[in-house]
Amino acid sequence: MTAPKDPAEARATRFAVLEQTPLVVIGSRSGAVRQSARQLRDILRRRELLGLLIRRDLKARYKGSALGFLWSFIRPLTQLLIYYVVVGHFLQAAKGIPDFAIYVFCGLTIFGLFSETMSGAATSIVSNQGLIKKIALPREIFPLASVGSALFNFGIQLLVLIVAAILTGSLVFGAHLLYAIPAILVVLVYAAGLGLVLSAANVYLRDVQYLVEIALMLLLWASPIIYSWTMVQGVLGNGPLLEIYTNNPVTLSVLAFQTAFRNPEVGAEYPEHLLLRLAIAGAVGLVLAFFAQRAFARMQGSFAQEL
Amino acid sequence: MTQATGTPAPDVVVVDDVAKRFVIRKDDSLKERLVTLGRGRRHREDFWALDGVTFSLQAGTTIGLIGHNGSGKSTLLKVIGGILEPTRGTVATRGRVAALLELGAGFHPDLTGRENVYLNASILGLSREEAAARFDEILEFSGIGEFIDTQVKFYSSGMYVRLAFAVAVHTDPDILLVDEVLAVGDEAFQRKCLDKIREFQQEGRTIVLVTHSLGQVLELCDRAIVLHHGSIAADDEPRAAVAIMRDLLEDRRREEAADRDAARADGPQIASVSVAAAGRVIDEPVYPGDDLDIVIGLRTGASLPPGWFLGVQIDSALGQVVYGTTTRRLGVDLGALEGVRRVRLRLEDTRFGPGKYFVNVSIIDEVGRHIDDATQAASFSTSDDGTAVGVVSAQPHFTDLDA
Repeated sequence: MTAPKDPAEARATRFAVLEQTPLVVIGSRSGAVRQSARQLRDILRRRELLGLLIRRDLKARYKGSALGFLWSFIRPLTQLLIYYVVVGHFLQAAKGIPDFAIYVFCGLTIFGLFSETMSGAATSIVSNQGLIKKIALPREIFPLASVGSALFNFGIQLLVLIVAAILTGSLVFGAHLLYAIPAILVVLVYAAGLGLVLSAANVYLRDVQYLVEIALMLLLWASPIIYSWTMVQGVLGNGPLLEIYTNNPVTLSVLAFQTAFRNPEVGAEYPEHLLLRLAIAGAVGLVLAFFAQRAFARMQGSFAQEL
Repeated sequence: MTQATGTPAPDVVVVDDVAKRFVIRKDDSLKERLVTLGRGRRHREDFWALDGVTFSLQAGTTIGLIGHNGSGKSTLLKVIGGILEPTRGTVATRGRVAALLELGAGFHPDLTGRENVYLNASILGLSREEAAARFDEILEFSGIGEFIDTQVKFYSSGMYVRLAFAVAVHTDPDILLVDEVLAVGDEAFQRKCLDKIREFQQEGRTIVLVTHSLGQVLELCDRAIVLHHGSIAADDEPRAAVAIMRDLLEDRRREEAADRDAARADGPQIASVSVAAAGRVIDEPVYPGDDLDIVIGLRTGASLPPGWFLGVQIDSALGQVVYGTTTRRLGVDLGALEGVRRVRLRLEDTRFGPGKYFVNVSIIDEVGRHIDDATQAASFSTSDDGTAVGVVSAQPHFTDLDA
């Protein structure tokens, strides 16, 4: 941008441009869909800022630590080691599951994406209150930035998983690899939607962030990550209870992710119509995400005064 | 500072019947809320920070929002900036709005100055290319120099603020909202900021300034709005608005003084203070050259032994000490104080600049302890012929020596 040097000219130009600019009513209430669309456009317009915020989160997280980004591997690898040794061999869960290490790591990787997004998003508004109280921004950016930084860590873990799967011979090229895509999408839709609502709720009630931690612990054990789906089938039988268990979107994503990165030859048993179930879960998730955004938009008007 | 000639100025901010309610909740955790569920009303209190505020701003104006603490001026600024949503009414703006509510609000201590410049510029709405194009200018304006690649947590508070201000003023805003941030940095930098604001005015940008400094309003603004308990008490040119503001402050001061008198004990105390120009009545303006009489009434239950003295000080409306003396300095021995007594201090041939002044009186004991203070116990205003500002009055005569 080259501003004209002469102030009077700059003034005239500015006035002329302003004449053309419509008066925009702040926070105007129009139809829900239209408004959501407008807010989505606002966010897209600020995607550069979104990128910078994600980078800020990542950069600041390991600043000053000697191992830096290595820490984002050490945590899941330790988890893997514990589950592999304790659950897999001491408790003998590994017996029915071939390639148990890869199996667990698959589940931990996709679940890590969900849990990191959720816990990051839940506190994102409160921890960025300095900005929220002082500067007008589309506030959805902050929970979305948590999704972004979680995705980055997920990407690194995914690379490790792929390398490990190739080394152990569990990765086989084929159409089943594509299962990973709906798995990731479903997790993202739910994590983003829930993250939006919870980040806003946490402003009014700080208990939310602790509830999220508990809920994540429950979800970790409520999905077939450390044990197999067939074990649950064996206990619950083929009744409605199993259906409820299976149709948990996190469970579906974990199953799909395992399908993608494990050798289909090992013949693990999975529920029928996994893809259809994922598609339905995804569609429901999108509707929920829309309502989540509406709820967020409603609550965000008084963020600055509640923080 | 004057309206542009020729170019009609479009409205850039239209505030229509805006009201903002704050709900003060007394229960904050889930447990407390569950316990008080159903009878929640009792645990809430409504507070209207703004009520029925309506005005519009033309492009290129610099407007001052003034009012005492809690009058709603910062809330109004946040509503204009889109940070708070009004409970009722609408706010419409056109053009790019930059809010300087707190400098460096988006700075992250662990990132370097350079990274923070890009981040903050993006927060304020610049694209990466725009920020890169202005980076050198920002760096030069801030005077940070080589420290730009150091993490900002190692910056001095002055450096921090300088860098933040530099970013903010380089975002090319059409409307700049400023909340008391001009009082930061050293004097040289403050000068630079004020120069930048003047440059903005020249370029036809609109500036909304929230400040407690009435002097700044007179100096910078071409319009001022006085807020009082959330409504507009005056919307006028700065001189008139500032006069109304001073009256409001004066009312409040009188109320507080009355409370204080009621609470006072039996010791030596200042019972009354009045001030007027000799030969004029109280509340009449004081003209340059007038003699000023300050009459002080003293009262005590117990007697005060000799050695005590009186201190008298005159402050400007901005709180700056303009004149001060004590009976000890003047070599006056007041003897013992018993019962009631009235004394007068006459200041001859005074030449105060235009504005309002406050008189403070203290009873001080031998070792310098204040026994009783009457802060802003009386006030007077001086005549204002509009030729000058400041605390000293002088007859100005301008001559062009080379003509």
